[in-house]
Amino acid sequence: MKKAMLRLSDGTTFEGYSFGADVSVSGEVVFNTAMVGYPESLTDPSYAGQLMTLTFPLVGNYGVPELTFRSDGLATYMESERIYARAIICCEYSGKFSHWNAHESLAQWLKREGIPGITGVDTRALAMLLREHGVMMGSIEIEGCEHAEQSRYEDVNFVAQVSCKEVMRYNVGGAKKVVLVDCGVKHNIIRCLIDRGLEVVRVPWDYEFGQIDADGLFLSNGPGNPDNCMPLVHHIRNYMQTGKPIFGICMGNQLLGKAAGAAIYKLPYGHRSHNQPVRLVGENRCFITSQNHGYALDADTLPEGWMPLFENMNDGSNEGIRHVSKPWFSVQFHPEACSGPVDTEFLFDDFVKLLNQ
Amino acid sequence: MRLENINKVLVLGSGALKIGEAGEFDYSGSQALKALREEGIETVLINPNIATVQTSEGMADHIYFLPVTPEFVERLIAKERPDGILLAFGGQTALNCGVELYRRGVLEKYGVRVLGTSVETIINTEDRELFVRQLEKIGVKTIKSEAVETVEDARNAAKQLGYPVIIRAAYALGGLGSGFCDNEQELDAMVEKAFSFSPQVLVEKSLKGWKEIEFEVVRDRYDNCITVCNMENFDPLGIHTGESIVIAPSQTLTNSEYHKLRALAIRIIRHLGIVGECNVQYAFDTGSEDYRVIEVNARLSRSSALASKATGYPLAFVATKLGLGYGLFELTNSVTQSTSAFFEPALDYVVCKIPRWDLGKFRGVNRELGSSMKSVGEVMAIGRTFEDALQKGLRMIGQGMHGFAENKELHVDDLDEALKAPTDKRIFAIAQAMYEGYTVDRIHELTKIDRWFLQRLEHIIELDAELKRTDGVEHLEYDLLLRAKQLGFSDFQIARAVGLGRTMTMDQAVLRMRQVRKRMGIVPVVKQIDTLAGEFPAQTNYLYLTYSGIKNDVQYTGDHKSIIVLGSGAYRIGSSVEFDWCGVQALNTIRHNGYRSVMINFNPETVSTDYDTCDRLYFDELTFERVMDIIELENPHGVIVSTGGQIPNNLAMKLDGQQVKILGTSAKSIDNAEDRDKFSAMLDRIGVDQPEWSALTSEEDMEKFVARVGYPVLVRPSYVLSGAAMNVCSNEEQLHKFLRLAAKVSKEHPVVISKFMTNTKEVEMDAVARNGEIIAYAISEHVEYAGVHSGDATIMFPAQRLYVETVRRIKRISGQIARELNISGPFNIQYLARENEIKVIECNLRASRSFPFVSKVLKINFIDIATRVMLDLPIERPNKSLFDFDYVGVKASQFSFNRLQNADPVLGVDMASTGEVGCLGEDANSALLQSMLAVGMRIPKKKILFAIGGPKQRAHLLDTIKRLVDRGYTIYATGGTSDYLNGLGVANIRVYKNEHLDEHGRLKQPIVSNLMHNKEIELFVGIPVDTLADSVHDSYYRMRRTAVDLNIPLITNARLAEAFINAFLDVPINSLAIREWSEYK
Repeated sequence: MKKAMLRLSDGTTFEGYSFGADVSVSGEVVFNTAMVGYPESLTDPSYAGQLMTLTFPLVGNYGVPELTFRSDGLATYMESERIYARAIICCEYSGKFSHWNAHESLAQWLKREGIPGITGVDTRALAMLLREHGVMMGSIEIEGCEHAEQSRYEDVNFVAQVSCKEVMRYNVGGAKKVVLVDCGVKHNIIRCLIDRGLEVVRVPWDYEFGQIDADGLFLSNGPGNPDNCMPLVHHIRNYMQTGKPIFGICMGNQLLGKAAGAAIYKLPYGHRSHNQPVRLVGENRCFITSQNHGYALDADTLPEGWMPLFENMNDGSNEGIRHVSKPWFSVQFHPEACSGPVDTEFLFDDFVKLLNQ
Repeated sequence: MRLENINKVLVLGSGALKIGEAGEFDYSGSQALKALREEGIETVLINPNIATVQTSEGMADHIYFLPVTPEFVERLIAKERPDGILLAFGGQTALNCGVELYRRGVLEKYGVRVLGTSVETIINTEDRELFVRQLEKIGVKTIKSEAVETVEDARNAAKQLGYPVIIRAAYALGGLGSGFCDNEQELDAMVEKAFSFSPQVLVEKSLKGWKEIEFEVVRDRYDNCITVCNMENFDPLGIHTGESIVIAPSQTLTNSEYHKLRALAIRIIRHLGIVGECNVQYAFDTGSEDYRVIEVNARLSRSSALASKATGYPLAFVATKLGLGYGLFELTNSVTQSTSAFFEPALDYVVCKIPRWDLGKFRGVNRELGSSMKSVGEVMAIGRTFEDALQKGLRMIGQGMHGFAENKELHVDDLDEALKAPTDKRIFAIAQAMYEGYTVDRIHELTKIDRWFLQRLEHIIELDAELKRTDGVEHLEYDLLLRAKQLGFSDFQIARAVGLGRTMTMDQAVLRMRQVRKRMGIVPVVKQIDTLAGEFPAQTNYLYLTYSGIKNDVQYTGDHKSIIVLGSGAYRIGSSVEFDWCGVQALNTIRHNGYRSVMINFNPETVSTDYDTCDRLYFDELTFERVMDIIELENPHGVIVSTGGQIPNNLAMKLDGQQVKILGTSAKSIDNAEDRDKFSAMLDRIGVDQPEWSALTSEEDMEKFVARVGYPVLVRPSYVLSGAAMNVCSNEEQLHKFLRLAAKVSKEHPVVISKFMTNTKEVEMDAVARNGEIIAYAISEHVEYAGVHSGDATIMFPAQRLYVETVRRIKRISGQIARELNISGPFNIQYLARENEIKVIECNLRASRSFPFVSKVLKINFIDIATRVMLDLPIERPNKSLFDFDYVGVKASQFSFNRLQNADPVLGVDMASTGEVGCLGEDANSALLQSMLAVGMRIPKKKILFAIGGPKQRAHLLDTIKRLVDRGYTIYATGGTSDYLNGLGVANIRVYKNEHLDEHGRLKQPIVSNLMHNKEIELFVGIPVDTLADSVHDSYYRMRRTAVDLNIPLITNARLAEAFINAFLDVPINSLAIREWSEYK
């Protein structure tokens, strides 16, 4: 294995070995504390532009399933068509793997997709540094490879990069029709919607979806700074005129919030894990959620008519909002999981109920 | 919100440590008490296990050393009138007792509210049929199982399901009375045994080879649920989870599999309505996402203790609060102290649990592992690679192994068989197979262990080969050495692999290796277990060491304020919860006197490894290498080696050699007591008597020795071939047989032989001295004569039947020895006493097994005093009058023979008990009676069977048997015993083996085995001729074994039988007072 180094923008370096593609890259360095789910996370478009650090040390144990697609075009096991994270950083890559559904090793997959991976890094020390300092830009330099420089994470419109380029339809003829604005949607969101009998019209992030005759609107997750998505925010505001149901997840929560008039800010080091506790505001009901976000909505800036729906029990940040009278709600976490706990999948049922009202 | 009107709560403990129910319940009970006290609730604890931390002063408001049985608990409830009761913190013992109290209407009668999970729910999880029905309602798959109540039904069920099947006894702890059957014959034997433990037996389809996965789930009364941890068994289904190597978190599950099982666990806990904690065990297919739920334990368990230690999430503490009515969202994560307790820990390390077996201690025992538990303890190793955790763990179990590689070659006759039929040695058989070139696939075929684990093991062997290719330590490359350390290789393993041991002793090689390694800058770093993988700062110092890292989580200031206490490691026969108590007491004293208390220990079942017991907890190895690593980081004021039993004691000399400051008695003195020659010379010098002994290297010399001193002799080999390590030989034939079968005698392996004293009392002196002067002491007496290991003996304190002169002499000799060895700290001396003749057997310059017992009976904390001595703090000498009190403490031993298939349940010079209790009484009889009941003895109402081996023992028990007859008992007796009794006119019924024929060729009646199987025998007194019951095939062995298998109380010692029988004849059980500890004055 070639030697590799992670260099952070504050000058700190971490040494390791390259086990993926031997390409130098740079991006925003973030950490994820999940203990399973590297194939799902790597293919989650929300990781676009980021170097994903896994704090759980053993990675690669169960290999990677084959990237296959169902007849409707959705990936069978993955969350999109390719790896979106720019690199993976871990402590102890397991070169050999064992699983009945594994097709290849993580290393083989990374190499095929041209994505670097480095192992041998003290990812706990790295995570604690990011916790104290906040996320930073960083680059992976692989022995004998040219350096790569990338623009500041916040300035890039990653949503534009990862969104679909044309309108796609799923489960045509479903009981209700939903427009899904693709900011970088995870396939399991679409699976969750069509499993509930909905027809899904997936549109590019800046698409004028108001022209589509649908029963409701879904705002997907996606990477980067929501401020780069102002055209979509305007479309949402227009859609609100119809009074039809809206459901948003992750970036969708931030965009719905922005459309309502709330402010967004960047968290120091984000929430990327499978163990984030949220509480239904004003109730004794709590849920463990899967999360992956760097930005959050400032609930104090919610205008009249809106209220927080969920709250993070660790740091008090906003985890969802709803309108007091209109059928509009969104959550910051991932009820579709993949990867992570599935305890909040009932929110899709709630959305269906709204569509049926 | 807390429930109202709960001001006083009763906690049921688990009693003596036994296989399947061990120290983990001291931990969970202690946490429960802590949680209750934090709420200002008055606490009542019943637990006869006097060596536990939970029964220490200040842990509960009212402590009762009484048997945890419905009868005693009912009387206790009538007296204390608690508002609530906790049933889930004392293992199966407490749970069963609670269910019984509920069924008898006791809880309702006294208005005692069950906190946490309701009894109805407990019954739903414990009764297999109800359980399956409940899970069917929510579409959760269980293992197809038929509950039967007759052998015939069991056969039919097995036929329907198809062999192989598994048999389980309902309501039994740790898989008691369960096992696999491949055919009807095996089924018949297994089912009968299972029925002796439970009226209901379950026949299930076997899923051998599936993965075994466990989830620990928590639910509050608001229906909020979390899974705190999941675990994966290294060994596939078929081996009891207590017998498996277990990894947390799971390593071979994908996201989809993990969360499928997690979601099911939550669905189950919600449906069952558990409030608090439970675990869900799954069988999981290896070729799809198919699963079966094996069982749900609606209580704290061994797994939950492990999960608490593995994650830092205090399950028992939280479960108690939930039982009081709180929601998870109202509680704080006790590690971060800022985030919510409603969360799921994220680990950034792996832990590996490895069971510790002591099967070598038992004659005749079946070593094969299966669905019933046999291990006596466990270790938990933490690492950032699986290889590291596993190799650490294999060293921790303390059976002479150095890790997975670089061990002495294992002698296996049939390697394939050793892989296929798992025993306690299987992991080493895998290593052997890899060295012999078996592929991962082949080993997988034979063991069904997931390839991923085997690949990691192969990784170790590959690296070992690379080390071996290194020509000398000076050619060792940085990268290779670092990699070896990351994969858990010890300096010893590396030194041996690179051949350092060829030119010097291994002790020297290890030091040299350490020096080389440090010069290369390869040192471990300290990491914290923080429950959130670094996402939030931790406020606790729960630590481990790893080479997979570059940064310490702890800032060391070098203030010399740390005092390191070395823990006692894995529970094993001879060393268990009593040393945990000692360690915890030492930590308390250290903490209260302005020092930083630091613990090193790796036993997940302990209180000493609870991170809030000390200021810094290193959950790591107690090897010289690791202890030195920690000492170099901590730069301590000193190290305490005398409160953790033999493991730290053995490190004293090596640490001293590195100029480590050992607090208290010097390492040199420890060595002078441990080294047989030096100690013996010292006794001669000060004129103290000892049994004659010699270390011999040939059979010829041994014969000469015996010719001089005479039989019987005690033989202790230094190299054991099989079976027990030491034995008493009464004649030449036995001696030769023992040497031939069990022990090798040679120049390299000397055998220590000593004169064995019969009909001699054994007396224990537990004491604390300062600069050679005794400050506090306790003299106790064994009920059994010498020949029964002190750890198995029934002990009375204060001694009840010693001459005043004997006591005076023991005090004087102890004083001489303390002076001579200049003891500063705890120590224990064992004496033999016949008439007034006193001989010293051995002396340990450390706390002994009986320290908690004597401390609690006396109400003088010997460890606190000893620790103050070691810290050089002023001490108030206990007032002499304190040594004079009007009650008696009796310590009785708990045996776990019922779990150890085929093991001969006879007591001898090697220890066999797994636990103990200590009860108090106004007199010796009532204390003895309570303690015997607490270790599972039952008082017979009518029928007792006697099989007494020798004339001396028969004579000894004659009066006792006469008393029984007078009181209307029916005495059954075997041939010789019956003849003896008939000769003296004592009424008895002679019993026969099922081979004795009368003149008509019919079997003579009654047949002893039939009586036993028909439950006609309520107590079996089976005394062997001598302790070397040389044949495990003789009929007496079979009777003893049958009694154990059928759960018939068994006593194998004449003195104990006499004491027990007289006690229950003299003291009616209902007259036993329900008195708490503090009421004994």
